[in-house]
Amino acid sequence: MTSITQSIQFIPIGYYLFFCTMLFCIGVTGVLIKRNALLILMSVELMINSINLLLAAFSTYLNDPAGQIFVFFIMVVAAAEVAIGLAIIVVIYRTTHSIDIDILNKLKW
Amino acid sequence: MPSLLIALIPVFPLLGFLILGLGFNYIPKKFTSVIGPGTVLLSLTGSLIVFFHLLTGGGSDTPNRIVTNLFNWISFNGFSVSFSFLIDPLSALMLLIITGVGFLIHIYSVGYMKDDPGYNRFFAFMNLFIFFMLLLVMGAGYLILFIGWEGVGLCSYLLIGFWFKNQEFNNAAKKAFIMNRIGDLGFLLGIFLLFTTFGSLNYLDIFTRAQDMHPGTGVITAITLLLFAGAVGKSAQIPLYTWLPDAMAGPIPVSALIHAATMVTAGVYMVARSNILFVLAPATLIVIAVTGLATALFAASIAIFQNDIKKILAYSTISQLGYMFLGLGMGSFTGAIFHLTTHAFFKALLFLAAGSVIHAIGGEQDIRKMGGLGNSLQKTRWVFLMGTIAIAGIPPFSGFFSKDEIFSSVFVHSVPFWIIAVIGAMMTAFYMFRLYFLTFSGKFRGTMEQKQHLYESPFIMIIPMVILAILSIVGGVINVPGFTGGSAWLQSFLAPVFAGSILSLKAPVYALDHYTEWLLAGVTIVYVGIMILVAWSRFLKKKPEILEDLVQNFFLPGLISHKYYIDEFYDTLFVRPIVSLSKGFHEIIEKKIIDKLVDGIGTLVIRVGNTIRYLQSGHVGFYVFMMVAGIIAILLFNLVI
Repeated sequence: MTSITQSIQFIPIGYYLFFCTMLFCIGVTGVLIKRNALLILMSVELMINSINLLLAAFSTYLNDPAGQIFVFFIMVVAAAEVAIGLAIIVVIYRTTHSIDIDILNKLKW
Repeated sequence: MPSLLIALIPVFPLLGFLILGLGFNYIPKKFTSVIGPGTVLLSLTGSLIVFFHLLTGGGSDTPNRIVTNLFNWISFNGFSVSFSFLIDPLSALMLLIITGVGFLIHIYSVGYMKDDPGYNRFFAFMNLFIFFMLLLVMGAGYLILFIGWEGVGLCSYLLIGFWFKNQEFNNAAKKAFIMNRIGDLGFLLGIFLLFTTFGSLNYLDIFTRAQDMHPGTGVITAITLLLFAGAVGKSAQIPLYTWLPDAMAGPIPVSALIHAATMVTAGVYMVARSNILFVLAPATLIVIAVTGLATALFAASIAIFQNDIKKILAYSTISQLGYMFLGLGMGSFTGAIFHLTTHAFFKALLFLAAGSVIHAIGGEQDIRKMGGLGNSLQKTRWVFLMGTIAIAGIPPFSGFFSKDEIFSSVFVHSVPFWIIAVIGAMMTAFYMFRLYFLTFSGKFRGTMEQKQHLYESPFIMIIPMVILAILSIVGGVINVPGFTGGSAWLQSFLAPVFAGSILSLKAPVYALDHYTEWLLAGVTIVYVGIMILVAWSRFLKKKPEILEDLVQNFFLPGLISHKYYIDEFYDTLFVRPIVSLSKGFHEIIEKKIIDKLVDGIGTLVIRVGNTIRYLQSGHVGFYVFMMVAGIIAILLFNLVI
């Protein structure tokens, strides 16, 4: 199997780093700008996936399988979190018939 | 002699105070009537046991004194004080006076304060006072003495202002405490100097070291002057005496116990205790003698023109204390202590009898409105007469012997002083008999309603007075002077205490021959008798003139009847500047600066809060944005630092 990692390592790590950073920033921008709650959740997923990719890249380049094991953990947690997030959105829709976060402003002074 | 017994003597009144003080809302009056005097009775028993133990020579190698070490109180770095008691003839005698007279006054108070709502509080404070006074006389060093000194000042304040709903009484209590404190400043400085000079505050250490010192050194003079300053405040001498007449605002038992028999004698005790130090400073002895004589004369002159029973007795107390200090200044320590003892008897008696009169007449204290009470108040009248004769110094009553002893020592040192002292004695006889005649003889000058309500005091008040009267009559027997063939027992009893100083005195104290002593005694008796006759002729007529004509027509009596305007003088000199200073502080510093500062902080918090609350907009997107911004800020912060 060393030939696969060796062939992957022909691509410098900098490309992976840059790519994941861009994905992360796009995710963050999505969270901040979007008004649709579902789209915010998707942006969060985007952020998580960018981190997963980065972890996997680093584990290949450093020949340490721990990074990929951690990716499994993250996927599990992400799945649970999405389940809960979607459940909350369903309940909000049932009470307010909208998933626009601009109208959810009752936590004010 | 088990040290437990000695340690227990002050503990009983302390327990009485704690029980009555903590439970004054719950304890029924019947219990207080037992607990209050009972604790003092227990202390009296202990004092009697200790006294007889000392009389029979003790059993240890120092038969004249017992030192009881209770516990090591302060000890660090070269300064160590142990809480210990010293029982020697002087303190044993003082113990008997305090607990004996104190017990009689407690019994009297059971009757006098019967209807007072603050009954429990009264006995709690009285017991606390006895505790502190016992500490004062039993202490083995100046620090324990000072604890008792301050404590009795506190109890004096509490008891003078006992009826605290009256603002005048509260002012009198404050005045007493503050004037005491002024003297205490001098006393404290004296204690500091004592420590730096002798390295210890223990009597035995200091006195043994002082034996080797030369008389007249500056340090000893300074120490003794400062200690005497404390005595001036506590024992109401010139210039710190004005609190004592005002202190008559307290109940009669308080005046009898604190301001006649015990607290005001603490200064005399302290000087007698430190006799070695005072003998080493002849300049201070002169100051003491002059102050004492001046006070004796001054107060006696004021007493002649007073019209309130209690105030006459108060000025009389100041005057007699002046005589005690005169005796101390002349080196007659035994004489001063003897006069202290007899004065405790007859002055307490006079105050209690005055209380009986005030009780009977329903609260009136002005003798211009009394008169002829002797018919209705036979027992009170007789005991009051006994006290008056004793204080005037007629033999064989006790007052004669104690005054004669002091006068003999004064005559040895300086005849002019003796003449002035005899003039003071004549004034004493005059005003005391004026008081007696105006109160008990002649026609009643009060209202008909008061006359119908006149009744003799109950037995519980009469018996202590009778006991004190008996003591005033026969009390002189403890020190009948040698020239009349007596044994001068008190002199030999107290000799070990004053032994160290008798050797250093410049002029021997008891150097008069018998002929001179008989002559002095005779002269005094004759002049005193003349004054009594003058008083009798003036005040026992059908319409006695109560000196109002003198007051209105002549300048000097008018001045004296206003107490020489000393109170007004102190008011202008000290009280008003301090009050206006306080007002200035209040208006400027308190209101404009400190209040503004504290209020400003509060206003600042409110304003900041009003600004920051807009952060809570409720908008979820805004919260997420702030969260992201915060995380970025933390990351940058970690990068930079």
